[in-house]
Parts: sequence; C-alpha cells; structure tokens
Amino acid sequence: MSKERITISPDLYDIMPADYQDLVSKATYGKEDRGWKDIGTSKELIEQHSLCAGCPESMAFRYILASLPNPEDTVMVGSTGCTSLVFPMVAVHNIHSLFGNQNAIASGLKRALSVRFPDRIKDVVVLAGDGATVDIGLDMTLQAWFRQEKFTTICFDNELYANTGGQESGLMQKGFVAKMAPVGKLFDKVRLPEIARESGCHYVVNCTVSKPSLVEKVVRNAVLIAREIGPTYLQLYTPCILEIGKNSMEGLQEMRDSEKPAERFAFKEYISEPAKQLLAERDAKAKEKKAAAKQLVS
Amino acid sequence: MEPISVIGTKNKKGQVFTDPRVMMRDAPRTPSFYTGSEVIKEAIRRASIDVMIAYPITPQSEAAALIGELFAEGYIGDYFRGESEFAVMSQCAGAAFGGARVFTTTAGPGTMRAMENFPMWAGARLPIQCIVTCRGINSPLSIQPDTIEISYLMQTGMLVWHAETAQDFYDWILMGYMVSEEPEVHLPLALCCDGFFVTHTKDVVDLTPTDMCLPPYDPYRSPVPCMDMECPPVRMMRDPFIMKSNYISYATHASWQQEVWAAAERSRKHTIAWLNGLIETENSDADILIVTSGTAVSQGREAIRLLADEGIRVGLVKIKTLRPWPEEEIREATKHATHIIVPEFNVIGWMAKEIKATIPRSERVVAGPRVCGGMTMPPEIIVEEIKRALGIRSTTLAARG
Repeated sequence: MSKERITISPDLYDIMPADYQDLVSKATYGKEDRGWKDIGTSKELIEQHSLCAGCPESMAFRYILASLPNPEDTVMVGSTGCTSLVFPMVAVHNIHSLFGNQNAIASGLKRALSVRFPDRIKDVVVLAGDGATVDIGLDMTLQAWFRQEKFTTICFDNELYANTGGQESGLMQKGFVAKMAPVGKLFDKVRLPEIARESGCHYVVNCTVSKPSLVEKVVRNAVLIAREIGPTYLQLYTPCILEIGKNSMEGLQEMRDSEKPAERFAFKEYISEPAKQLLAERDAKAKEKKAAAKQLVS
Repeated sequence: MEPISVIGTKNKKGQVFTDPRVMMRDAPRTPSFYTGSEVIKEAIRRASIDVMIAYPITPQSEAAALIGELFAEGYIGDYFRGESEFAVMSQCAGAAFGGARVFTTTAGPGTMRAMENFPMWAGARLPIQCIVTCRGINSPLSIQPDTIEISYLMQTGMLVWHAETAQDFYDWILMGYMVSEEPEVHLPLALCCDGFFVTHTKDVVDLTPTDMCLPPYDPYRSPVPCMDMECPPVRMMRDPFIMKSNYISYATHASWQQEVWAAAERSRKHTIAWLNGLIETENSDADILIVTSGTAVSQGREAIRLLADEGIRVGLVKIKTLRPWPEEEIREATKHATHIIVPEFNVIGWMAKEIKATIPRSERVVAGPRVCGGMTMPPEIIVEEIKRALGIRSTTLAARG
C-alpha cells in the first residue's frame, strides 16, 4: 500500500478524527530510515493502549512498531492475552482469531499474500505472549519453523499468564510460586531460543526491551531475514510488573537486572550462515549509500 | 468505478474464466465415471482456488491428496500439509484473511479437533469452503460413515449443506463459492457428505468442460476489510470490548452474532437460485413422506420403490441445506402428511429433532430408522419402519429383529 492510499479527501478532512489526520500527515509510513528515534516526533502507529501503567509491554509495542521496516506492507498476527488489548489501536492490519494459533494463521496469511502479490514485499510479523507461543501454541510455533515459513515470530515473554491473572506458564522460572503452581513451578523455563535454532530459525534473539536501539536493530534484522530467507524468532522479556509484585516505575529496572551477563535475559543472538551473508550485504549497501551521500555533500 | 471483468480471459493453465451461470447451467456436460474423491478433485480443478491446506484423515485423505496433484500441475496457488486439523483450519483462516479463495477437507474426529475454528471463521466472515466427509467420532475408534458431526457444525454460524450424491458434490462445490462469497453472505461453507458412501464409490457424474473455471475471488467485495494492507488500517477502538463489562460491549457482541446468523439467512435467495431450492420433493402429496438428507435420501428412494411394488405410495423430501434451515419449505411440503419418516445415519437423530421443532403436530414424525457406527441402512428397514407406523404386519428379515 502506498502512502497515497491513506490520503484523506479534502472535503472530509475536518470530520476525520484527529488521530487519523495525524496518521496521514505525521506518520512514518514509507520512510526508509524509520526507527525508535521517531517516537515523540512523528505520529506513532500505536495510539493509546489499555495496558497497566508502566507495563514494559507497552514500551515494547512502541519500539517494535517504530522499527518495522515496511509498515505500509506489513500485516501482524496476534493472539489472545494482553497483546490483544493493544492491537485494536495499532495502525497496521492485524489479525486476532484464537488463542495459540498465531503461527498457523501467519502461515496461511503469508502464503496467501505471496500468491496474490508475487512481485511485492508483504511482511508478516507474529506478536504473541509466552502462553500462546510456548504452551497452547507450541505445536504451531514449531511446525511453522520446520516448514521454513517466511515470517517473524516475536514472543513477549513475561514468564506467566498475565491476562488471566498470573498463572504458571512454560517460560516461568523454576520454583516461582504462582497461581496453578501453588508449591512453586516444578520444571525449568522452557529453552525456546535453543529450540528455535534447532527447529530451523535463521535468526534468534533473547533479550529484554530495556534498550530501544537494540529492539530496533533486532526487529529490522528479524523482518529482513524472514522476508528473504526463512523463519526468525525474538524472545523479549516484558515483565508483568503487576504479577511479580513491582510498582509502575520499576519495569525498566527489572529488565536491566534480568539482562546482566549471568541472568536469563542476557543478550543472546544466533544468526544462520545465509542470514549472516544477507546482513553483510545489507550493511555493505548501506555503507556504500552513505559514502555516496557524503561525496555528494562535499 | 467498475472493476475490469476477467470473464473471457485465461488463467495460466489456459482455462477460461467463465460466467458461473454459463459454466454451471449452459455449458455442455460430459458424463464421467469417477469416485467421489475424484469428483472433488475435478470440481476444484475448475474452482480457481488460491490456497488449499491438507491433512490426512480417513475418508477424506484421498481427495486431499488428489488436490495436491492439481497443485503440482499448476491449478492451485499454494498447497501444503498442515500439522493437525486445528492448525489447518487456522491456516485456512490466515489465507482467507489475506484475501485468498481457500479450500480444505476434513472428517469426523478432524472436524471435532478443528471445531474452535469454525465459529471464528463465521464471525470473521471468511468464505472458506470445507468438505466434511462424515465418519464416526466416538470411542472406540471408528472410521466408518456416521453423520453425528453435522449436528455440531450446525451451531457454528457456517452454511451447512448435505450432499446426497457425487453429482451434488460436484455442482455444489462450485456453486458453494458463488453463494458464500456474495457480499451480503460472506460466510464459510461446510459441504458435508456421508464418508465412504459418496467418497469411495464410483458414480456417473456430468462434468463441466475442463477449460472453463470460476472467476477468481475478489476480496475487496468482502463486507469486512481484507488483511493485506491494501486499504487503510483502522484503529478499531480505544478499549477492546473484551475488556468491558457494560451494555455497549454486550450489545456489540450480540449484534454481531445476530448479523452472522442473518447473513446465513440472506444466503437463502442465492442458494435457492443455484441449487434450485433448499429442498427437493417427489410426490409430496402422499400421506407418508420420507424426509431426510445425504445418502439416507438414496436409501429412502429405494424404500419408496419397494413399497410401490406393494401398492403403498410414499413421497420424498430431500433436504439440501441444513444452514440455512428450510423451515418454510419443510412445513409446506409436509402439511398434508400423516406420517413423516426420518431415516438417519447417527445415533441421536438430530434431523428428526430439527424437523419436530419445525412443523406443527410433531407427533407425525417417526424418528427413525437410525443406524450408526458405520452400519449400512438397507431400504428394508425403512420399509419396516413405515409399515410399523401404519400398523401393517411385516414379514421382512429385519422385522424379525
């Protein structure tokens, strides 16, 4: 979709919601170097959200949406949970259908878009919680990777079922006492990043969303690699401050504490050989472009 | 602006996109001797399908695999095997959300595993077509014909049609897309048949020409936006209704459910035009009527022949669509009947219950004979049921029990 498609007829401009006027005049659709730095100066693709005050997931949403390389041709797939409370306010097409089937939906969607638009780029990005990705939807998460479906899977890992009130999930830490884990969780946090690598993902990252520049980098890499090569997976720590007993302003510190070298969200990145080559080519092109621009200026 | 018509142009296989009315009603037909599974393949060859997703389960596996051959030949946009029926139906949904014409097949336990998807399809207004080759769903395991799964499908908001023969199947697959893709309908269709009896037997079916196919699906005629980022995204609401415990939230959900069922009702006029009515009748002025759907109709026809030999006149009402339910038609067709016999291939007798809830003086309904678990229904047991209802002593083997 080109940006012209969302131009408002001059006759109707004044009756359109201010939110939509801003989207047309100040959004970053079509801007090649869009990124987290646009937040605060351009109209964001996410409007207000109904998450808890200070929820790190709301930060993650802002960074991811600001970092999508091609939002005007990106369709997102969500699942049931806290993310499904945000998607209705997101200005890219997004699908909610059932709980846990997000990677199956994305498989069908990506294939349909490839059949219908064989000569165009249409990115598909899945964004779901850890219950949806690792528990109820694990089968479909893995099978999409086995099949080498060309889309990005992002898991908001808050280590529990937040939306239903803090029950045990597969990504919860061992020993954590929660609803449905009354004596503490009895088994280890599922090692999905490793499983993702073994299942055929070409790019896997495990990190927190404490640094917007890092989120931008990994989202751009993941979308590009999924578009050109095959499945990619990002597991992002978005702690549920409510359920781990923190205050609204403590989310950032919780993430910083959890990304220290020995901690479970220390930055880990896996890049397959073909993906490394793709990123190197992209970086070389960017360097060339920069040099040419510099020459033009001088 | 009128879209440019593709009618008369060719697809990559050289088939001509043909006005469906011309293709289905006027074009010459070639009698062909095929199994039901092969008939599904031949219909799909002519249906301009973008995406088909397959999964093995008896008795639909053969049809699902044959459509893979069509993909290899270049007739289908994309095709793959999913990992379970739940996943397959979600993959179908994803493809339909993305604006594709989608086809799939399932059966029995597969229908049950996929069930969560069906009301979602209807609520999301996805005009997917799913062939359901009915089989037992009970434990102990059974792969044999049994129509109990249809009773679940009837409450999902989908259109549900029940084919009697392979010819029905062939025509209704193609016509089904025309009905379910109407903008005022835009609902999924469960096109059911009795497994094995229809899928694995050979029959003569009149096929339309191979070089004609349906025009492609136009997702921009959908009453809900196609999720392809080709139209401006809308921020739907500030707080999703799921979060709200208030009247507006309830009213929104309630009105959408009502709209889905209203859309199924609006399919009536299109279905009547394509299928030549929601029911088909023979001698409906007779005192005794057999009223049913699927292959029970075929067995009913045989029973009518046997009874005619004995001088007992029996009429027939074949119900073609279960959703929408032909309420008025059934009431009208049965208004003079004193005995309404409802043979069924399931243990609960869902068809008899539906008919009883539809007609005045429901004591006229004889809820049987019923067979299940894969048992066949010899016409003699229908004859026996009718004779018993009439108080005639019977000498058939079945009567001795």
